[in-house]
Amino acid sequence: MADHTEDVIENRSAPVIEPGHTFGSVTDKISSIVLTRPTSTGWFIGFGVGFLLTMMMLFAIGYLVVKGTGIWGITIPIGWGFAIVNFVWWIGIGHAGTLISAILLLLRQSWRNSINRFAEAMTLFAVSAAGIFPLIHTGRPWLAYWMFPYPNTMNYWPQFRSPLIWDVFAVSTYFTISLLFWFIGLVPDLATLRDRSTNRVAQIIYGMLALGWRGSARHWHRYESAYLLLAGLATPLVLSVHTVVSFDFAIGIVPGWHTTIFPPYFVAGAIYSGFAMVLMLAIPIRKLYSLEDFITDRHLQNSAKVMLATGWIVAYGYGIEAFMGWYSGNRNDAFLLWNRLHGPYAPLYWSLLICNIGIPQVLWIRKLRTCPIGLFLVSLVILIGMWLERFVIVVMSLHRDFLTSSWGMYYPTRWDWMTYIGTIGMFLTAMFLFVRILPMISIFEMRTLLPEAEVKPE
Amino acid sequence: MKTTPIYGMMAEFDSASDLVAAARKTNEAGYKKIDAYSPFPVEELAEAIGFHKNGVPLVTLIGALIGGLCGYFMQYWFAVDSYPINVGGRPYHSWPAFIVVTFEMTILFGGIAAVFGMLALNGLPMPYHPVFNVPRFAMASKDRFFLIVFSTDPKYSPTGTRQFLESLGPRSISEVPS
Repeated sequence: MADHTEDVIENRSAPVIEPGHTFGSVTDKISSIVLTRPTSTGWFIGFGVGFLLTMMMLFAIGYLVVKGTGIWGITIPIGWGFAIVNFVWWIGIGHAGTLISAILLLLRQSWRNSINRFAEAMTLFAVSAAGIFPLIHTGRPWLAYWMFPYPNTMNYWPQFRSPLIWDVFAVSTYFTISLLFWFIGLVPDLATLRDRSTNRVAQIIYGMLALGWRGSARHWHRYESAYLLLAGLATPLVLSVHTVVSFDFAIGIVPGWHTTIFPPYFVAGAIYSGFAMVLMLAIPIRKLYSLEDFITDRHLQNSAKVMLATGWIVAYGYGIEAFMGWYSGNRNDAFLLWNRLHGPYAPLYWSLLICNIGIPQVLWIRKLRTCPIGLFLVSLVILIGMWLERFVIVVMSLHRDFLTSSWGMYYPTRWDWMTYIGTIGMFLTAMFLFVRILPMISIFEMRTLLPEAEVKPE
Repeated sequence: MKTTPIYGMMAEFDSASDLVAAARKTNEAGYKKIDAYSPFPVEELAEAIGFHKNGVPLVTLIGALIGGLCGYFMQYWFAVDSYPINVGGRPYHSWPAFIVVTFEMTILFGGIAAVFGMLALNGLPMPYHPVFNVPRFAMASKDRFFLIVFSTDPKYSPTGTRQFLESLGPRSISEVPS
């Protein structure tokens, strides 16, 4: 404990929490955002924009239910299109939350304590946005429960040898465990809000959600066990989710999909885009709510380093894909490589290389790693790059496969775009609601970072 | 006149160190039915009140095992017995294809068991509890530390326990009505 506190306060570059805080000031600062601070006009504007985009998404989905997937740009041979591109993109973004809360907890990276809560919330909303796409892509979303094994009069069961069913289990497990992890982390903070709010309705709601938490030593002891075990279970889980998503591709025989590099390269890409999204949210949030004391330059810097590292794993993945296209001696693989570099979608592939490998190299510059605006822009570029990567994987492999007679092109329609942009709106709406009604930084974990939390030996 | 039954005697402290020291002394003085409350997990505190082992790891293990076994045998039964599909004479019991779902089910059931097991062992949710009757206890979720001796403790006496707690140098002492 002793070294850990020292490390927290006396870090070489920037502290995890600015000095001078006490248990009371940390509690007041974070809970006042929810309890006493008036809701700003900016919040209403942001929420309003998100809400309108959500309505647009619902309209697009409603029209889809009436008309069918023909309103989208998907055709044969490109039957997957935007739905799967966006699904993989959102699921990837959803990886950072659990990575931050579980893996960094096991690695005793205490700087995670100030960003884990909203990163977990981000995970939940991103996975929710992701879940919409395969659901509506089935064409008959009202029959989606057929994907689960339940006893039925048709006397059939799902096909458990199919990676698409593995995906159902992986994503639903991931959502459930992330939700539990997030909620259980919130319980002590909800008790704080219950005790501090002066509004009767808020007291009752927070009181119910806090489950009667009273901070007993016995409770904390079991709580810490459960939290650690959950982190231990979530760690392989977070690595498995994008692995299973990559199986959706890698189990198939389509050129560009049928490779063993896919699982690690997908997971690294997921963390890459997830941290980019964390930064894109953290930078404006810490500015707007003046939380620079808690989300310090250290957090920005560490996240930038994670992006740099995972970015290189992703770059290695691209390298191996290109190398195997040549080295395998397989004509179809070689053609895919040529098609990526010179085919009709080549500009997208080149932009992907620039966005994911080229531009992020500026993160080597120390000054940029602590410059919020610069990091925000680099994160935006990475998110675009990762979206392009999924587009390249899904569309470019399908549009020209083995038979030249069945080649085709894919052009997204306005409905594709409306659904995609709509899910971004849904994500923003949920984030805005979250920062308004729940503590966006874990109060009790921030208390443990303070020097006074240390128990002095007698 | 009816007197309110007493749930226990509560002492308030300023820091985690004070609370741990006080809890240790109380435990050593022979009080066994005690509890301590802190606004964040204090590792040494459970030890100080004499609480060493908890059942959460075992519950989680059992949950994870049930999940894994159910996951595997569910797939086995579907593929071999209930709904066999012959794909070019390949074996029905194609176990490598069942690993992913088995793994996911293990994690799912283990995680659910960890969370709900922890809540059940803690007796939560419990919206009402006698300690909430003490107005100062609202600070327990902010920056104050509390120690309680339950009135069910054989050594408990309204005056003796108060004197003992006063000797620990608390910030305040209050009786907790039940």
